[in-house]
Amino acid sequence: MAIVSRGFRGRARDEGVTLPPGQYLTEDFPVLSAGPTPRVPTDRWEFTVTTEVGVEHTWRWQDLLELPHEKPRVDLHCVTKWSKLGTTWQGVSLDVLLEDVETAADYALVHSYGGYTTNLPLEDLLDGQAWIVHRYDGEDLTPEHGGPARLLVPHLYLWKSAKWVRGIKLLLEDEPGFWETIGYHDYGDPWREQRYQGD
Amino acid sequence: MTTHLDGNALAGPLRELFTVDITTATALCAGCGHSGTVATLHVYNHGPGLVARCPGCEDVVLRLVRGPDAAWLDLRGTVSLRIPLAE
Amino acid sequence: MVRRLNWHVAKVVDVRDETPAARTLVLDVPDWPGHLPGQHVDVRLTAEDGYSTQRSYSVATPADGSRVELTVQRVDDGEVSPYLTQVLEPGDQLELRGPVGGWFVWRPSDTAPVLLVAGGSGIVPLMAMIRARATPVPFRLLYSVRRPEDRYYADELRRPTPGLDVTYVYTRTAPPNWPRPPARLGVADLNTAGWPADFAPDCFVCGPTGFVETTADILLALGHDPRKIKTERFGPSGG
Repeated sequence: MAIVSRGFRGRARDEGVTLPPGQYLTEDFPVLSAGPTPRVPTDRWEFTVTTEVGVEHTWRWQDLLELPHEKPRVDLHCVTKWSKLGTTWQGVSLDVLLEDVETAADYALVHSYGGYTTNLPLEDLLDGQAWIVHRYDGEDLTPEHGGPARLLVPHLYLWKSAKWVRGIKLLLEDEPGFWETIGYHDYGDPWREQRYQGD
Repeated sequence: MTTHLDGNALAGPLRELFTVDITTATALCAGCGHSGTVATLHVYNHGPGLVARCPGCEDVVLRLVRGPDAAWLDLRGTVSLRIPLAE
Repeated sequence: MVRRLNWHVAKVVDVRDETPAARTLVLDVPDWPGHLPGQHVDVRLTAEDGYSTQRSYSVATPADGSRVELTVQRVDDGEVSPYLTQVLEPGDQLELRGPVGGWFVWRPSDTAPVLLVAGGSGIVPLMAMIRARATPVPFRLLYSVRRPEDRYYADELRRPTPGLDVTYVYTRTAPPNWPRPPARLGVADLNTAGWPADFAPDCFVCGPTGFVETTADILLALGHDPRKIKTERFGPSGG
């Protein structure tokens, strides 16, 4: 049982808002990483959706910019326990990107520049639940926060919102990604506190 | 943070699992064959877990996640660890 | 005794300001097993609502029974260091895990000349080595700080100690009439105030990542054996 250190509060938290269990409110935007920050110039950037039979749909940067955009305002919940509310982004809904993709797959494995991966059910990317975003808080998304573009799927823990997103593979069977293979939950619903395998 | 620490930062977390100090061990990278002391690995500890990468090729050598009642340790990126022991 | 490490309860017995932004915490840790100069501890703080967080700090003193001293640099808007340097007082408690880190250590039985290169708060583990030195093994310390008022342990390092040479490298503001204009640590500094490579010194470099990498590169360029250069990077903000 840990002892309490008198007077230690850590960062100000719990200002009376309802957060998922075990979360603390933060005003800043921590940068978490598992490796060096990839640097991808937009003239080399590509995003590819690959179906379970190998059909590829690829967008270059200019293609992305020409698609209909949305400005989601969402709450972020990181498994390391911080939550940041009311964040504003700009990007393209996965509903738009997947509109013409023919697939019978139920699962998705998201790939990033730099090698990061994360998995989630395909249906969690649809119906207004996910975007490829490239602007945050009115500015271009910085590399530290996943720029030029990242996935944003805020109803799950933030590790599912893959930074430096490069592509999505659609799969018939679930395949665990980077953190899912080392103890983290395959789904990751913050409201059911699904942090670790077995939660 | 995107700058890294070195393998000295693994000392405490690994010492919770092992009775010997793993940071003085020699690790052989499964990616590029680089051999070096665990203390010299590039450690990214600002995240949901600890990720230690090879200073030669930046491949992941070791990963450690500490949950509430268990720790997960992935050594797939290491061909072998040579751990010095007193006689 | 060979066992896995757990958390010890440490009580603060004294605090001592090294600079306006750095404070030494003198801790009593009843079942402390002792430690080697250069090792560090993980500190855990828990709030009343159960929130807890950890940071690593190097031990500033050599082994001395149950007494462990840490020097903490206050990072503005950090989460932990403002608490440790401004709120924590004698009688308070925190949790320590350690000692850890068997690589970045100097053993008093080692006989090679020692080169210590410190960047800012990187002086802490190197000070434990200096304080542990009881034999004639020659030590040279290069201590890089922004301004004279940023130096830790200034009075102690000012005392002439046979076999210990201390060179300050100021990067922003130097004292009046200082022969070296303020600048980052460079080849000339290490060449002049360090040991020649053919003395085969044991080199310990500690500080922020950029400082450590630059210094290690210079030492390699000056011909030092990479196996004799040990580095410890401190994060950009321990917080």
